[in-house]
Amino acid sequence: MPRTRLIARMDIKGPNLIKGINLEGLRKIGDPREFAQRYYEQGVDELIYIDIVASLYGRNSLTDIVRHTAEHVFVPLIVGGGVRSVRDAEDLLNAGADKVAINTAAIASPKLIQAIARQFGSQCMVLSIEAKQITPGKWEAYTDNGRERTGLDVVNWARQAIDLGAGEILLTSVDREGTRKGFDVALTHAVSSVVPVPVIASGGMGSVEHMAQVVNEGLADAVAIADMLHYSRIELPDIRSAAVSLGLEVRKP
Amino acid sequence: MSRNVAIIDYGVGNLLSVARAVTAAGGSPFLACSPDEVAKADRLLLPGVGAFGHCIDTLTARGLVEPILSFAAGGRPFLGICVGMQILFDESTEFGLHRGLGLIAGRVERIPAEGRDGRYYKIPYVGWNPLLRPTGRESWRGTVLEDTREGSWAYFTHSYVAVPVNDADCLAEGDYFGHRRATAVVHENLSACQFHPEKSGPAGLAILSRFLSL
Repeated sequence: MPRTRLIARMDIKGPNLIKGINLEGLRKIGDPREFAQRYYEQGVDELIYIDIVASLYGRNSLTDIVRHTAEHVFVPLIVGGGVRSVRDAEDLLNAGADKVAINTAAIASPKLIQAIARQFGSQCMVLSIEAKQITPGKWEAYTDNGRERTGLDVVNWARQAIDLGAGEILLTSVDREGTRKGFDVALTHAVSSVVPVPVIASGGMGSVEHMAQVVNEGLADAVAIADMLHYSRIELPDIRSAAVSLGLEVRKP
Repeated sequence: MSRNVAIIDYGVGNLLSVARAVTAAGGSPFLACSPDEVAKADRLLLPGVGAFGHCIDTLTARGLVEPILSFAAGGRPFLGICVGMQILFDESTEFGLHRGLGLIAGRVERIPAEGRDGRYYKIPYVGWNPLLRPTGRESWRGTVLEDTREGSWAYFTHSYVAVPVNDADCLAEGDYFGHRRATAVVHENLSACQFHPEKSGPAGLAILSRFLSL
């Protein structure tokens, strides 16, 4: 099977890489282009940029960052935040994104998933889900960085989006995001065990053991790492070797 | 030797990613959309993502099939990437049966989801997989993989895979849940890879760089 992908997730506000807790209380960390370059040199498998204010203010400031990154970094780049139309997706792809991640607009208009999958292929259409637990074993999809409820059940929504052509799922636990308490393994398992496409688990990684847990028990196909990398709590090569010693199949660049 | 690379622009695939990677590998890429530009190229690169049928239909609609065939017959270096590899083959079963360019004997089939271990795996196959040298091939010398270390990793995203008729056309293989499948092929002046060299880090750039000096 494909090796578990180690993906650096960078949330962007304006020109800055930021990090919050539960997608709130944002702290400025630095220039995302420099972080992207460092992660690439350290052998990251993929990168994610999410413009976290774009869907609130109706703009997308990511294009320049994406363009610069794509000129220097030669691994897949997922970009999301404020993608509302096929045209928005096309602009990001033209800037150098390989896949677009869509949450709010896909919920508002599920047909957008289909339109993007038809135009650019399913491999390009990443459904971004922000999930909050309601009761054990039940999660609701949120939009706008975990602020707005949608009433949608996460598992049902994931299934529906796959039928429309989503080729991958970026599954963020709002409850765990930025807490370093570990991924929401039950959430990841609930989604990954019923969808035929890869699931990227996001939110809560505080140790390599957390990663092993969400892969082995949650059936995650990839993990998004933010906090741990941005604050250099651990470097990518160390994550890899620790993952290998825990029996995970990862790339050895 | 010219390091100009004509990237066929038929509205399919992320051409800019490919162009940027070719530049980083030391080449001079330009986008070729007309039959004339394709026919005159020193080196031709055919990218492609999405569905096989859509790619071949679009090439046909833009009058690019004949120029590609005549370029291929002319002996100059050609590189296909992803669906740009698949459409070199005779046919594909993706969304019904579609004819390909027929430049390499074989067909394109769905990746078997059932592994050798009897478990079912996720398709599309998204991620990194090592490039393995087929047992029948002594070395990668003289090919786009000349500078590639065996077991180097490349990035893949696909649901279908080409199955060449002739083992001699198989340049590299990958392991798909216990099944070996071709991940790169070579046939005379035609080279092609299922993975994305433009997204495979320094190892991918080395492959593009080697293509520039073929």
